[in-house]
Amino acid sequence: MGQIIPYIVNGVSVGGQYALIAIGYTLVYGILRLINFAHGDVFMVAGLVMVYTTTALPLYISLPLVLIATVVLGFTIERVAYKPLRTAPRMSVMISAIGVSYLIQNLAFYITGGVPQPVTKPIPWISNNVELFGGSTKMVTLVTPVLTIALVFVLVYLINHTKIGMAMRAAAKDFETAQLMGIKINSVISMTFVIGSFLAAIGSILYFTNYPSVAITSGGMPGLKAFVAAVFGGIGSIPGAVVGAFIIGLCEEIIKGLGYTTFSDAFTFALLIVVLCVKPTGLFGEKVTDKV
Amino acid sequence: MKMNKKKTIFTAGVLLVLFAVCVLLDLTLPSYHIAVTVIKKATVYALVAVSMNLLNGFTGLFSLGQAGFMLLGAYTYGVLTIPDEKKATVYQYFENGGLPFSFTNIFGGIFGDKVGTVVGMLIALLIGGMLAALFAFLIGLPVLRLKSDYLAIATLGFAEILKAFFQWNGLGPITNGSNLLKSYPTFNKATPYVLLAGAMIALIVLLINSTYGRAFKAIRDDEVAAEAMGINLAKHKRLSFIISSFFAGIGGGLMAMYMGTIAAAPFKSALTYEILLIVVIGGIGSITGSVLASFLYIFSSEWLLRGLDSGTFLGINAPAVFKNGFRMAVFSVIIMVIVLFFRKGIMGDKELPDLLDKRPKSRKKKEAAGK
Amino acid sequence: MKRVFAIVLCVAMMLSMVACGGSKAPAAGDKVVKIGVFEPQTGDNGAGGKQEILGMQYANYVQPTVEIGGETYTVQLEIVDNRTTAENGPSAAAELINRDVSVILGSYGSGVSIAGGKVFEEAGVPAIGVTCTNPQVTSEYDCYFRICFLDPFQGTVLANYAYNELGVDTAYTLAMLGSDYDQGLVHYFKEAFTALGGTVISEDFPEGTANFVSYINNAKSNNAGVIMAPVSTNYAQLIIEASDAQGFEGSLLGSDTWDNNMVLESAQGKAVDVKITTFYQEGGNAEFDNGIKEWINANDDAKTNNGGNDMISAVTAMGYDAYFTALEALKAAGSIEAGAVMEALPGVSYTGVSGLIEFDEIGDAKRDAAYIKAANTETNNWDFVTVQGVN
Repeated sequence: MGQIIPYIVNGVSVGGQYALIAIGYTLVYGILRLINFAHGDVFMVAGLVMVYTTTALPLYISLPLVLIATVVLGFTIERVAYKPLRTAPRMSVMISAIGVSYLIQNLAFYITGGVPQPVTKPIPWISNNVELFGGSTKMVTLVTPVLTIALVFVLVYLINHTKIGMAMRAAAKDFETAQLMGIKINSVISMTFVIGSFLAAIGSILYFTNYPSVAITSGGMPGLKAFVAAVFGGIGSIPGAVVGAFIIGLCEEIIKGLGYTTFSDAFTFALLIVVLCVKPTGLFGEKVTDKV
Repeated sequence: MKMNKKKTIFTAGVLLVLFAVCVLLDLTLPSYHIAVTVIKKATVYALVAVSMNLLNGFTGLFSLGQAGFMLLGAYTYGVLTIPDEKKATVYQYFENGGLPFSFTNIFGGIFGDKVGTVVGMLIALLIGGMLAALFAFLIGLPVLRLKSDYLAIATLGFAEILKAFFQWNGLGPITNGSNLLKSYPTFNKATPYVLLAGAMIALIVLLINSTYGRAFKAIRDDEVAAEAMGINLAKHKRLSFIISSFFAGIGGGLMAMYMGTIAAAPFKSALTYEILLIVVIGGIGSITGSVLASFLYIFSSEWLLRGLDSGTFLGINAPAVFKNGFRMAVFSVIIMVIVLFFRKGIMGDKELPDLLDKRPKSRKKKEAAGK
Repeated sequence: MKRVFAIVLCVAMMLSMVACGGSKAPAAGDKVVKIGVFEPQTGDNGAGGKQEILGMQYANYVQPTVEIGGETYTVQLEIVDNRTTAENGPSAAAELINRDVSVILGSYGSGVSIAGGKVFEEAGVPAIGVTCTNPQVTSEYDCYFRICFLDPFQGTVLANYAYNELGVDTAYTLAMLGSDYDQGLVHYFKEAFTALGGTVISEDFPEGTANFVSYINNAKSNNAGVIMAPVSTNYAQLIIEASDAQGFEGSLLGSDTWDNNMVLESAQGKAVDVKITTFYQEGGNAEFDNGIKEWINANDDAKTNNGGNDMISAVTAMGYDAYFTALEALKAAGSIEAGAVMEALPGVSYTGVSGLIEFDEIGDAKRDAAYIKAANTETNNWDFVTVQGVN
């Protein structure tokens, strides 16, 4: 029994990290019907900014800076790469998303010189080790799920009880009608990117405190897995994405613990294909009739 | 009618000249010359880009599994053609690894060494393509029902799963696990690549101009309308997916020949993205565009623009700017510009013969007025 | 508009072609011999490749000329990035041949060396492998020589050290899926360790893994006394971090890829015991150490490429030795003809900072000892532990 606990603790923590990224996917997909392929790279850039700012500046400046930089990046991406294509075929937007991801990675490469950047000044307290059930782990492992759930509650409140939240729900339900009702669709979309990037930045800070090395491809796998989590939970649904992320995080660590380490990534994708084929709407997704 | 004839002559002429240039290069330059090397790589990319275009551009199915099918083709080719006498060194960590037979030896025994090797290579390529097609059929059964972006992510996931399996030590006696497959026969000159890839691309062109091709385009333009016209959606989508994967598999085999070694690592999603972006540069829905873009992309990234990475470019010496990664950064900016502002790419949906078409004057005027 | 764009593109291509042609012409009146550097500057092995190049650049700075057949030649390094991966190997190799080099150094990483070796072999240009440790690099190609030790040797050294010196009988190995280097070393380690009577548990992780927590827990629950992980620098850092967080009490055994200041930095102040095998021990040659440190500190680019400080990695020392081995071969050949250099190489004998370099009949260096170093988590330095052979 004592042997299983570290895996579960770790799995929950991993799930929390995925959840913070998955919300970004699910919000954007809910409104734009677009897989924001660049979201994982935004996550990576947040990590890089953290590495650079924490080495140069004190924490109370550097951490807000990470959040601001990431939000600005997410906002800019939407304005530059997705907005001009709003009326274009869906494939064009997706290609644009892939192009942005390619661009961010190559620019990051140019700046870092292709060398993974270690986090040399980790954030104190959450990077400390703690004793837990006879084992030990990092504080951040315990902080992540708690913080994630707290943020999700705030977000759900925001969406259900504020004006902008209502606008977002309306836009997700019916894009055109929402416009007709006088909702400024562009600012709503920007808002979803801002929220998504903000959460990704927090996820990034937690993630790279736990695994302190940022490579230019660091965003790829967590990004894809978070997307799978969003699909698993039912894309468009925030609680779905969070539950999906926790399930995937747990499964992944348990599979590693059982010794099938070779297939820990492959499992996630197999799960994706199975979910898509058996229940494409996911756990909590609403049934959507396709608009022709 | 006259125009058509003119077009045919023009097309044949251009292709012939290009082919002659390639043969000439082969005859005058050694096989390791950079020009020959980039031609080889560019033809392989051209074939894969065209196969992807068939699916994404002509049928409108957004699939990102190309790297996975290439992986299948490459491994099949390698596993089948490694000569018996080399198996002990290739499978250095797996005793008695490899298949108990090798096409190189079998056909070498029948037709003599030289001819036999080539026959073995071609058959192995073909089997690689067929295996890729078979997998496409199997994965297509569930996945093709999905809508555009779900399809993209499912095929991407499928390619990742394949990669894990090919690197798994449990399959090591065949795939050599994480280690390289090598010592298999390859073509050194560029002409065989051009001939093979050219023949495959010609087949795709024929297919696109057939009734099937027209059905594909109808599905791309409007699924509902196509179905109303009596086109069997499921069947045609599956067909397009299988055929595209077949050619991707053959492209993978050619890629294996070009690389000289096979590992699963190069066949990651980044490769698919690269090819997708080539297709976009060339123009979604244009075979000529895909081929042209492959050559432009490979020539510049592998050869002509290397200066961007190593300090000096166009005679300007600025090591602080022209450092590692600048080349790729410039490329990605160009790609974004194309994606956002020249959405049709180089060729739009035009083909080589269409270059002879004169633009109608009225349209020209309109464009001028529009500016 | 489209056409204009296409034309602009074409013109750019043409111009760049002219530029390439222009830059190739050597300065008049100066005899130049070109040494090709076939190294990754980008991709997974970019960091290691750059450090290896540093050694060559420093060597070139120390000794920019060479006497060949009674005439003084200026040595010019032609550096081409092979981007770590096999699919970019052939074109990078062809580019080097295109620049008319007499001998080639590199690469860091065996897979890409094997891919490039095919081109070198066809062109008849000799290549000196610096830190590619897979036996197949030299056994496959006649043109390939190598100045470092091989995987079977290194794997056995690590196994002997773990079993005999550390007194461990259960080892846990961790290798990246798809990395022939990792898997090869693990294979030889396992072979040697089980032959000694130990037990080995092997696991793989997929490329891009950042979370090693569960792997460390697996090692703990199997009561492994040592985690042997011949992985690239980035993963090494993450493994150290996870091992510290999970309170793994055994040793972490690394291979030559761990001999990197980034690894040291990760280990600093942590409760980990890191032991590695390597080619060179800093302090082994004071003149070289001081010289290169001074050079790195005076050169911003070099410092960045070295990861921001002046600590010397073994690969840098190996790059330095490779350069001088190439010069020896050029001298012995008495010509800048690649064919002549190839014939001269087997007879070359040179004592470098990493020891005596001589080639056997396959083209491998005759080396029978590796340095074992331990990371000092307080002083942030490598402490010399022992010289370990295979016996």
